[in-house]
Amino acid sequence: MSDAKSFWIKALQAGALAVAVCFSVGATDAGSRYTGLNHRLMCTCGCAEILGECNHVGCQNSTGELNELREGIAGGKSDQEILASFVGKYGAVVLAAPTTQGFDLVAWIAPFAVFGAALLGTILLVRRWTVGRRQMEAVVSDPATEALREKIRRETDSGNDGGF
Amino acid sequence: MAAFGSFALLIALALAAYNLLAGALALRWLATGRAAAISPERLADTARRAGIAGFVAITAAAFALVWSVFTNDFSITYIMEHSNRALPAAYKFSALWSGQEGSLLLWAWLLGAYGFVLRLTHKRDVKLYAYAGAIMAAIQVFFLAVLNFAAPPFALYRGQIPDDGNGLNPLLQYPEMVIHPPLLYLGYVGFSVPFAFALGALMMRYPGEKWIKITRAWTMVTWLFLTCGIFLGMHWAYAVLGWGGYWGWDPVENASFMPWLTGTAFLHSVMMQEKKGMMKSWNVWLIFSTFLLTLLGTLLTRAGLVSSVHAFAQSSIGTWFVVFMGIVLAVCIFTYILQRSHLKSDHHLESLVSRESSFLFNNLVLLAACFVILWGTLFPILSEYVVGNKVTVGAPWYNAVAVPIGLFLLFLTGVGPLLPWRATSLKSIKRNFVLPVIALWAAVIVCLAVGVKPWKDGGVDQGNLFALVAFALSAAVLTAILSEFLRGAGVIARQSGRNHFASMYLLIRRNTRRYGGYFIHIGVVIVVIGLAGAAFNRNVESEMALHDKLSIGPYTLENVGFTQDSNANYNSEYAQLDVSKGGKTLFQMTPEKRVYLVSGQPQTMVAVHSVLWWDLYVVYEGTNPDTGQPIIKAFLNPLVSWIWAGVVLIFLGTLVALAPSQKPAAQKGGQQ
Repeated sequence: MSDAKSFWIKALQAGALAVAVCFSVGATDAGSRYTGLNHRLMCTCGCAEILGECNHVGCQNSTGELNELREGIAGGKSDQEILASFVGKYGAVVLAAPTTQGFDLVAWIAPFAVFGAALLGTILLVRRWTVGRRQMEAVVSDPATEALREKIRRETDSGNDGGF
Repeated sequence: MAAFGSFALLIALALAAYNLLAGALALRWLATGRAAAISPERLADTARRAGIAGFVAITAAAFALVWSVFTNDFSITYIMEHSNRALPAAYKFSALWSGQEGSLLLWAWLLGAYGFVLRLTHKRDVKLYAYAGAIMAAIQVFFLAVLNFAAPPFALYRGQIPDDGNGLNPLLQYPEMVIHPPLLYLGYVGFSVPFAFALGALMMRYPGEKWIKITRAWTMVTWLFLTCGIFLGMHWAYAVLGWGGYWGWDPVENASFMPWLTGTAFLHSVMMQEKKGMMKSWNVWLIFSTFLLTLLGTLLTRAGLVSSVHAFAQSSIGTWFVVFMGIVLAVCIFTYILQRSHLKSDHHLESLVSRESSFLFNNLVLLAACFVILWGTLFPILSEYVVGNKVTVGAPWYNAVAVPIGLFLLFLTGVGPLLPWRATSLKSIKRNFVLPVIALWAAVIVCLAVGVKPWKDGGVDQGNLFALVAFALSAAVLTAILSEFLRGAGVIARQSGRNHFASMYLLIRRNTRRYGGYFIHIGVVIVVIGLAGAAFNRNVESEMALHDKLSIGPYTLENVGFTQDSNANYNSEYAQLDVSKGGKTLFQMTPEKRVYLVSGQPQTMVAVHSVLWWDLYVVYEGTNPDTGQPIIKAFLNPLVSWIWAGVVLIFLGTLVALAPSQKPAAQKGGQQ
């Protein structure tokens, strides 16, 4: 392995280690877990608000749900166990976002799949149009034509308000 | 007045139907050259005049409804359900669009108003305007048919007429609600005009791109109305709903955002058609889609397909919209297939890295964002249909899926203007990108230094990560745009000897469209910075007895009073909170809770103190039933005022882009 290659591999490893250290700084506490979870759940009173943001004074649903959440965390349940208990009690609509299992997974995959396919399609389209142009230019290109084309470009560009 | 209004609507329907049929017949005769007893030109002109008369008839109907609201005519069901005697005058006016029937009447009236202007200016291109007028008449026939047969605004109340009405929904009793819905409707309805021109131009195989030039101002004004409508809605949600946010990815919000995205894509891609003759089919379908999305939004919320906190009126008119959308789609597909040879474009790009390809990618991202929002809005229905399990697709999903796409769009906003048309060289890339890249990394370093760290508790903090990327990209995009201004102004300064300010002014005057567009981009970046601030929102909630204190950020709130008030429309309770900073009392805030007398519904009136870096946002949540003490929730929301400032820039930028460019003196002389 060459020295240069070895240097870049080591640099990448050092970078990855630095990122890992940065991301591992800090510790999970019950307060942030509570906030994180109450933003993954919906209030079931019909207000269509995130549980942690429901602001109805005396809302029986959100108060009850928040108490259940606190109890779950205090009882040592994992996030998944808490969410599962909410789904069991209130149905899947209590989750603020679809899960990543079963048909719900389609909700997550479809946008990125469509975006990726469209991106790829656009790149191929741009390449095709560009290649077509080059081939055409290769056929007709001569100094006189080029000079005429450049003149046309200059003239059609002047005073053009062709947008941004 | 109910009979007058109903009659006016019936007359308007008859006139719109005549406009459509006579206009279509005249255009058919003109196209085929068939001899007829009446000249096609005269028949087309009678159709045009019928369109103008139709607008007068709809105006009469709208006037009848407004008159009935102001005279408390509770014999009309709509007035009884949406107004009451004590309702303030401004809100009585807004009762016109507070319910299903009234908002459809407003839609029809605005469509009539757009058609009125279009028909008055028909001499610009008589034949194209005749096609567009007939298509708009067809849309008008649909809305007037719904108003006459499915959702009549003048339906009489059955039984004993009550002394007072049910009143206006308290959520709508807010100043912005007097202008937000009309602006939004101006945007929705306005897209009928470019749609009508696009379809008309395709039907008549209109030569060249003149139809785009004709509709450019219409499309931009419409887009501006929709933009202002959306942001006013955000401000209303922020000030009235009391949850500290302004955008909840609610289906109604999404319904307004989708046509905005496709409309924005259209505004960009038509430049490719104007400049290069490319993307003709794409542009036609973009405007078709935008119009269909305005209808879909109405369908989603009115038909009760999806639930929304913003849907103030729901009924069974969904079937009407489904049928109409089906007809519109069929007409669009049929016309496109029949005339597609007319849209053949010479698709050639000189380079993969050019302004043209950046427009293509910009369109791709805008449409991908539109798809994501449509997908998220419809997924609960799809899930219920496929697996029988209704799910919620809320903010966490949109934040994870839509925000990255939005950031990619922001990236393109910066890159696009830096790329020249046709082709670019490595040298020009280096020259144009060096400053933005420096700005990007400088922003990253500053953000990390001030504590915007994308990690938390051993994992990625999604909010902070997106905020960091948004701030960094915003810095790069702003630098890119400002360097474009400075470079252009520098050239003029060197050529003309003017100072930089005068050169900048001249630069903008010479190409209002380009530099107006840049202003809009700056506005968008400012809005993004404001939106990114939401990652750092914080709040505290506390029960506050007299002289209790609550601290948030640099502020301390002290309860110095808790009082009540009442008027003919509502009773209110509010807290008086002295706000101090560093021990010095600065101002007083009075968050309020109202209970409307007629409906008995409560309503929050948030107190907001806005400065450049944050909003202090205080909600009076009511009193604790056990202790009788007020409960106060205070939010410190960073950078919110940037959002509203960005919208002002977008507004001004659009005005600049609409202004005609000043031609250089040499060119003027050449034309004389």
